[in-house]
Amino acid sequence: MTSSHDATGAPAELDDEFDERVAAGLAFLRRRLSGQYQVDEFGFDPELTDQVFQPVLRQLYRHWFRTEVIDVKNLPAEGGALVVGNHSGTVALDALMLSVACHDEHPARRHLRLLGADFVFRMPFVSELARKSGATLACNPDVERLLHAEELVGVFPEGFKGVGKRFVDRYKLQRFGRGGFVSAALRTAKPIVPVAIVGAEEIYPLLGNIKPLARLIGVPYFPVTPTFPWLGPLGLVPLPSKWMIRFGEPIDTTPYADGADDPAVVFNLADQVRETIQTMLHETLELRPDAFSA
Amino acid sequence: MTAVANGSAVDRARAPRVVIVTGVSRFLGATIAARIAADPRVSKVVGVDRVDPPDELAPLLRDVAVRRADLTEGASSLVKLGAEALVHLAVVSSPDPDAGGRAAMKDQNVIGTLQLLAACQQMPSLRRLVVRSSTAAYGVSFRDPAVFTEDTEPRDAPRGGYGRDILDIESYVRGFRRRRPAVTTTVLRFAPFVGPQADTALLKFLARPAVPTVLGRDPRLQFIHVDDALEILRRSVLEDHQGTFNVAGPGTLTLSQAVRRSGRIALPVLEPAMHAAASVGRGVAGLSLDQVDLFVHGRVVDTAKLVRQYGFTPRSTADAFDDFVQAQKPGAVITPALVAATEQRLLDMIRSVREKRTGRPAVRASGDPRADQGRSGR
Repeated sequence: MTSSHDATGAPAELDDEFDERVAAGLAFLRRRLSGQYQVDEFGFDPELTDQVFQPVLRQLYRHWFRTEVIDVKNLPAEGGALVVGNHSGTVALDALMLSVACHDEHPARRHLRLLGADFVFRMPFVSELARKSGATLACNPDVERLLHAEELVGVFPEGFKGVGKRFVDRYKLQRFGRGGFVSAALRTAKPIVPVAIVGAEEIYPLLGNIKPLARLIGVPYFPVTPTFPWLGPLGLVPLPSKWMIRFGEPIDTTPYADGADDPAVVFNLADQVRETIQTMLHETLELRPDAFSA
Repeated sequence: MTAVANGSAVDRARAPRVVIVTGVSRFLGATIAARIAADPRVSKVVGVDRVDPPDELAPLLRDVAVRRADLTEGASSLVKLGAEALVHLAVVSSPDPDAGGRAAMKDQNVIGTLQLLAACQQMPSLRRLVVRSSTAAYGVSFRDPAVFTEDTEPRDAPRGGYGRDILDIESYVRGFRRRRPAVTTTVLRFAPFVGPQADTALLKFLARPAVPTVLGRDPRLQFIHVDDALEILRRSVLEDHQGTFNVAGPGTLTLSQAVRRSGRIALPVLEPAMHAAASVGRGVAGLSLDQVDLFVHGRVVDTAKLVRQYGFTPRSTADAFDDFVQAQKPGAVITPALVAATEQRLLDMIRSVREKRTGRPAVRASGDPRADQGRSGR
């Protein structure tokens, strides 16, 4: 901080603030250019995430989607936890908005470590951005490793079935795979925090899927929405729906710790999480006047 | 463990009296041979290689009985030496165009190991076998976990020749373990070596002023400092460490970070172009498919098992790499001093513009780059 003060007052203070910002920006650039920053073993670059990625996403979160958060207190302030949400919206913007919510709305400003499908890590650029923003492959060794390191892990067990479902099926939770996320939580004895995300369903209403084209470019589906691909790149602009993110009460997994390898226990708990999220989704939808309200 | 013939626990833990080291015509082999020979409990060290060691390694090998033997033609000459430990370091990580290229490299790695293990089976005195492997043993796949532990199975075979050789070598060693369970077999999966000298293909590559990288990929890299690798090797020979271990500096550097720290410039290239450059002939610019694999996928391993077993923590990947950066400073294009000076010049420029405008000296801003130089990022 500046120690000297200028007698003339206001304009100098403005200059001070400008100087501070310029100096901080230059110091940031110097650290980046000389490689003097830390990256964890998953490739997470906290400095780049906080200084570059989050500010961009924050604009979408606040001004475009006008996101409201309910019961963020249910997110543990410290220690590992598995945040499980509903997945929708054709592209995984809901995951990114959830990470902004965990960071901005929670007093502990926690980083959410997202899990991505292998095709995310197959794609150049996307894989690089994913790792730098703290994501890793959705596989049990990585989840358990992150939970052991007391990180907050975000998972969407519906996977492509959730993001790639059609608009008529909005807010209907899809099947939860094999419940691998549950066994990871059981094995590490970390709580599961269910999350309902309302709003992502309306950003790219999915009308259809051109399968041959998807296969051709190697993506899980090729979306057809009211604006895409008709309007070209303009069709990529998400519709400004009203978002609400609600955190449910953490589910303690320690009573089931012995059942990590028991498919019945894992499946039942996965089902319980799914039911909870579905109920929360309906309740939260009731709170929202309409999909594009202020 | 089953106690066979010569296998009481005390006997197992004893330092070996006669040790064979393969690959002594290179730095790692010669140095470890010298260090083992310096231990008073060891009476004889036999160094083996297919070529005579170069003159600069001669001082290291004063107390080592050097033998010339081509392992690919059989290693029966080693059987009668009464060796109690054998360190297999004659594993080549990149082809040498002057010594037969990739074909010779594969012969030496795969056939050489096969022949050597066959000879080992005929040595009744052998109690300890230490084999150099590599973290390339995990193969490469987009479905790989971020961090490999020793029990992670490779999902897809690597494209690179060295990676494939390593998979072969490890499968031979697994066979040997089954046939000779009484021999303590230590497999060391080394991360790429780093030290002041740029003497591996990867380090030579990273020492170039402009380092080709794969466009859209920023792999996580890990290094092991040569000195730490030597310490782990020494302990593997003199102490008893059964099993397979990842040997790497904890933590990671991304390739872009490594390039920036050493003041080089990254030159992003499309992956197919990189692949083509590595595939033709001897590879353009010393590039191999092993490196393309590494530059696309990156590779990070868990070292908890090593630290637990050996009670020794190698210096971190970042610290190990710093040693290389310090030594390679003359080749740097963008130095930290240059970056700091540019930053200072910009700050001074803003200040002087303001002074001209207001006609009074401006307040000095915080964040003087000279003040927090050398402090690493938060």
